This record gives sequence, C-alpha cells and structure tokens, in this order.
Amino acid sequence: MSDLLLPELDELTAPFWEGCRLGELRVQQCPQSGRLIHPPRYRSPFAPHVAPRWLALSGRGAIWSAAEPHPPLIPQFAALAPYNIVIVAADEDPAIRFVGNLVASEQAEIDSVAFENIVIGAPVRVVFQPVTDADGTVFAMPRWVLVDPG
Amino acid sequence: MIKDRAAIVGIAESRFAKRLEASESELAASVVLAALDDAGISPAEVDGLASYTMESTPEQELAKNLGMQNITWFGQVGHGGGGGPATIGQLAMAVATGQCRVGVAWRSRKRGSGKRIWADRAASAQLVTAANWSRPWGVVRPVDETALLTQRYMHEYGITRDHLANVALACRRHANRNPRATLFERTLSRADYMAARWVSKPLCLFDNCLESDGAVAAVITAADRARDCRHAPVLIHAFAQGIGPQTHSMVNYFADDPLAGTAATCAAALYARSDFQSADIDVAQFYDSFTPLVLFSLEAYGFCGRGEAGAFSDNGALEIGGRLPVNTAGGGLSEAYIHGFNLINEGVRQMRGASTAQVGDARSCLVTGGSPVPTSAIILRRDNA
Repeated sequence: MSDLLLPELDELTAPFWEGCRLGELRVQQCPQSGRLIHPPRYRSPFAPHVAPRWLALSGRGAIWSAAEPHPPLIPQFAALAPYNIVIVAADEDPAIRFVGNLVASEQAEIDSVAFENIVIGAPVRVVFQPVTDADGTVFAMPRWVLVDPG
Repeated sequence: MIKDRAAIVGIAESRFAKRLEASESELAASVVLAALDDAGISPAEVDGLASYTMESTPEQELAKNLGMQNITWFGQVGHGGGGGPATIGQLAMAVATGQCRVGVAWRSRKRGSGKRIWADRAASAQLVTAANWSRPWGVVRPVDETALLTQRYMHEYGITRDHLANVALACRRHANRNPRATLFERTLSRADYMAARWVSKPLCLFDNCLESDGAVAAVITAADRARDCRHAPVLIHAFAQGIGPQTHSMVNYFADDPLAGTAATCAAALYARSDFQSADIDVAQFYDSFTPLVLFSLEAYGFCGRGEAGAFSDNGALEIGGRLPVNTAGGGLSEAYIHGFNLINEGVRQMRGASTAQVGDARSCLVTGGSPVPTSAIILRRDNA
C-alpha cells in the first residue's frame, strides 16, 4: 500500500466518498436555486443562508480536458507514469467538473489509455475502483471509461 | 488613491543559481541591505516590511540583523507567486497613509537546492485549497494543474505549442542579454523547444520555470522623499489584487469559467485606478512559472481578446522591438524563479532606463503575479516631476 494522496475525510468530503462506496457520484445542490455545487461548500454560494444538500448524479459526462504527467513525480505516481489525468464535465451541468483519470475498463490502471487517444468532448461514464490508503482506509475511486469504447 | 504617491527607490538581488551556499535568511539580509544601499537609505530608517507568507525569515530576524530600529508597519501576502506585486502595493498603501515612511519588500528562496513543495504532502495540502479534489487522481504538481488548463485552452482556441514556444523563446532571448540570468549563456531554438522532454503533456521542460536559489528586494518611500534618493524614482502608479467569483486557486477547473482566472478581476480594478490602460503600457513583466500563464495574462490584462494571445505572440511580438516586450530580464523561465519578485526589479530597471534589454523610452511597466491563484499587479511609471 502506498500513499496515493487520498483525501482527508471531513464533514465536506465524507458524503462524497460515502456515495462512491455505494456506487453513486454525489454532488451538492443549492436547495433554493437548484444549482449544483462541486467541490462541496459549507454554504450555498447562490443562497448563503441555506446549507447545501447532497444528491446523486447520473455518472455520465464528457471529457473537458486531459494531460499526461511525466517524472519527476512523487514515487507512488512516478511508478505509474506516464499516466493520464482528465477533467470531466457532468451531463447534468457542464460547469460541474471532476478531476479524474480515463481508464480502458473498470479494472484498468490509470496508464491504460494514452493521452493521444483522449478526445475532448468524448462521452464518459463513471466507474469506481477500490484503492487502499497507507493507513488501510479503502476508497472507491471514481474514474471514467468511454461510453462507446468503439 | 495611492496613485504616484510612493516610489521604488532601491533594488537589489543576489546571484541567481541552482544552488547557493548561503541560507535564506543570510540571503535576505544581504539583499535587503544592498537594496537600501542602492537607495542611499540607512537600515535604521526602515519602519515598514512586506513579504510573502511563504517567506522563511521573520521580520524581526531581518530587523535585528541589519540594525533596523522601530518597525511600525509589517504585513505578509499569501498565495505564493500571486502575491509578489501585492508586497509592493501594500507598502505603497502604508507609505501613502502614513503608516510607515521607508518600507522594504523582499523574497528570499532556495527553491533550486531546497525541497520541491509538491513532493511534501503536508506542505502542498496547505497550498492547494482544493487538493482533496485533484491530488488523489495524480494531479500532483503545479505543472499538472496548469497542463489541464492549457490543454483546454489549446482545444478551445487553436493555440499550439508554437505559441507556447514564442513565450519561452522571448524569455530566453532576453536572458541571453542579461548577465545576471541563470541561462545567460544558454541559447534556445524552436527546434530545441520542440525536442524537449515532456513534464506534463502538453507542457515540456521549456514551458517550466527554473528551480532557483536567490533573493530579491526593493525599497519604497514617499514620492517627494524619493526625489532626493540616488536614482530617479520609479512611481507606483496603480495597484490591485484579485480573487474572482468561485476562485479555486491553481485547480480553477471548478469555476464557471476556468480560463478567466483571478487576473481578470485584478486587471479591471487595476485599470480603474490607473491613467495607463493596456494600450498605454510600454513593457510588461508577466508572472511566468509556466509559459501558458503569459498567454492567459496577455488576454486578462487586455492586450488582446480572449483566445487571441497565441496569434498576438507571433512574429516576435513579445521580444524587444515587438508589440509588447515581456519579461525583459528573462523572467522565471530563464533569469531565475524567485517567486516572481525578480519581475518587479526588472520593471524598475526598465523605468530607470537600465535594463539589459531596454525598451526604448519606456514610460510605463505592468508587473503581474500568478493567476489563477489569488493574484496582484502593479503599474510602474517614470517620474515626470
């Protein structure tokens, strides 16, 4: 097990990761305006007197951007490099974006799709991959696969 | 308004290198003393100090080393490279409002031989506000955060690596005229750029700033006092800081318009306080930890429209003789990366007519901090009095 920089769990992050464990991609919603919020806030920026609530998205989106880190990196990521990083815009609201990785299949590693093969705008769906942190905590990491692998 | 009420009267920098033997505190003390000598002002007269929150030398350490007497105003600015121009601007505010009479701003940093902050989990978690939402997927370094924004920018506006190379080559050509620059003797061709190794695709080695050891300082006092100093005063004409709506710092992908950055907010406030608008700026020193940030800044500070910075940068526009010479000492990309503070000193040199890549009769210079981190900018001008 290595330190893959998994998130600190607190009142803002825990509901998201609990959702992932249950196979749901969750974001917050402003109860007043209905607008979606991500990353989570203590207050809705659209109506700061109300607290946001959580809801599950469809888990569908489109690639908004991509990059490919090469060393020097911290050792645990250098071992996987070059790998891809992507940003996915949610179908429900393209201004809701997630940092992630595009993987070839539900079980594949983050180096399984080459940067050159990533098309901005390509439809993707979320998958959840189990990852264990250095302290033994198991996370269901949301990553992405192409809706139509062609 | 602080317009033209305070001036930079002294500047100095240490040698720049990948590795210097002196400690950050020793470098800070010697460079602040040298800047005061440049102004012809005794350390005993200093009563104001401004620095970055990431600075390792506390104010009293500097004061007690140099025999400063009573410091009555001091402050620090956060957000790493976003804060450089704000140290000058906040000192100018302090001077203009009578909170201090002689202020010093400085940055001393051993980023060349010291630790890479991104490799230290605890330190980088403090820096990256939304780290929980990016690092677990391998967006580890500032260059990875920037690469994602750059790829989107290239996709939306047809920006190419040739445009990024325009920035790298302009900085290098200016460094090749500046004996202080780390890469003074190292030329860079477009072919070298295209053949360079990747750091975070689409960004290659030459899209990244240097990793430098060094220190830089500037002395500020009131404009009337400044006219009695050793050099012609360089007036601090306008100053602004910027945090935009729903800013997420380096990982600005979560904002409604991730490519707008904090610089858009800063620029609007800056020009509202300035007699000089973008068309009146003769030379610019843009924060350049990565080449695309210069293109983003050209747009944010109004030198061209959204998505037009690539075309703007063609045909040597960013070099001496071009439409807007930038980073005329070589910048973070080719002079030294001292968290952007060396850009301030080069702005002063341009206004003194003393740059190694002097822009003719330049009368105004824009100096910017990094964006999309919370940012700052100043406009410097020559004194007409």
